Amino acid sequence: MAHLGPGKAASSKEQTGLRYPSNGKTIYHRPLNRTKTAELSQSSFAYLFSEMVTYAQRRVTGIQELEKRLNVQGHPIGLKLLDLLLMREPPRTQTRPLTIIALLHFIKINLWTHLFGRQADRLEKSSNPDTPDEYMIVDNEPVVNAYISVPREMSQLNCAAFVAGIIEGVCDGAMFPARVTAHSVGGKEEGEMWPGKTVFLVKFQPEILEREALLGKP
Amino acid sequence: MSYYFAIIGTQDNPLFEYEFGTSKQGGDGQSRFTEQAHHLNQFVLHSSLDIVEEVQWMNGQLYMKVIDKFFTNYISCFMTGGNVKFLLLHQPPQTEEAIKNFFNEVYENYVKAIMSPFYKVNMEVRSPVFRQRVAAAGRKYL
Repeated sequence: MAHLGPGKAASSKEQTGLRYPSNGKTIYHRPLNRTKTAELSQSSFAYLFSEMVTYAQRRVTGIQELEKRLNVQGHPIGLKLLDLLLMREPPRTQTRPLTIIALLHFIKINLWTHLFGRQADRLEKSSNPDTPDEYMIVDNEPVVNAYISVPREMSQLNCAAFVAGIIEGVCDGAMFPARVTAHSVGGKEEGEMWPGKTVFLVKFQPEILEREALLGKP
Repeated sequence: MSYYFAIIGTQDNPLFEYEFGTSKQGGDGQSRFTEQAHHLNQFVLHSSLDIVEEVQWMNGQLYMKVIDKFFTNYISCFMTGGNVKFLLLHQPPQTEEAIKNFFNEVYENYVKAIMSPFYKVNMEVRSPVFRQRVAAAGRKYL
């Protein structure tokens, strides 16, 4: 923010070692609230995202490693969005998520609306009794995958791993450490309604469930 | 009336601190802590972190009001979504509303600070502009 060239303000502020942009405006002078209709171009996002995938693809040996890198790119975004979205909440509903359900609702509604302009399609809890720590967020048509065609030999890859990283960042920031992975579940056959359907599998650490059980008791 | 304000990161690491006095009722905005109190304040403030951890799961409100008291020192706490603590040590008890307004204004600027793409979690906030903003919030409300 402060490296946009030596402005007029620079000479007077030399002792701090910081340089200010020539109009003297820093990140602190900009408003945090955006109008609801502020949207970005999807094609420019797609272009940027394709570069991010290419970048992550360098020097990786497998698909898992590539997904890991995409995840890492998304993680800090989640950490930041958690506070930004909480800040934009009206004061009455401005609360930190304290339970898994509250947190997932925050992701499904607030995070998704902010990122993609609509809510996530479904929220599910694992029905398998062996994995009570697993939750699933379902998106029928992830925006990030809109212009991505995965080559046949990499059919395991789902570039929504980037979005999984954002979700992981939100969970970690809110003190719900979790591992989030993206999986394609859309059928490949002709006439399938949602071929790009993606499930984000959220696996919380065991201590989170312990805490949840403790807090649930009056 | 004197205040000591600190931002504490998720690993209980200090990110920012600022000491100031009241600007209300003809105050000059300078703190009146004694020489020893400067160090004591840091201890008192950090010792209240244990209580923050106990209280934070009871209620999801960001502003937790006064959470601790050490003789005449009162500690008010505000917790962000990302588990960063804003702690304010104030000597006589203050109106909750004033402190709440102060915290909210600092929160807004803190969110702006973390929105910088170069800011990583638990990094010290060094910006002089941020310091000015905190000082301005202190002058306005406390």
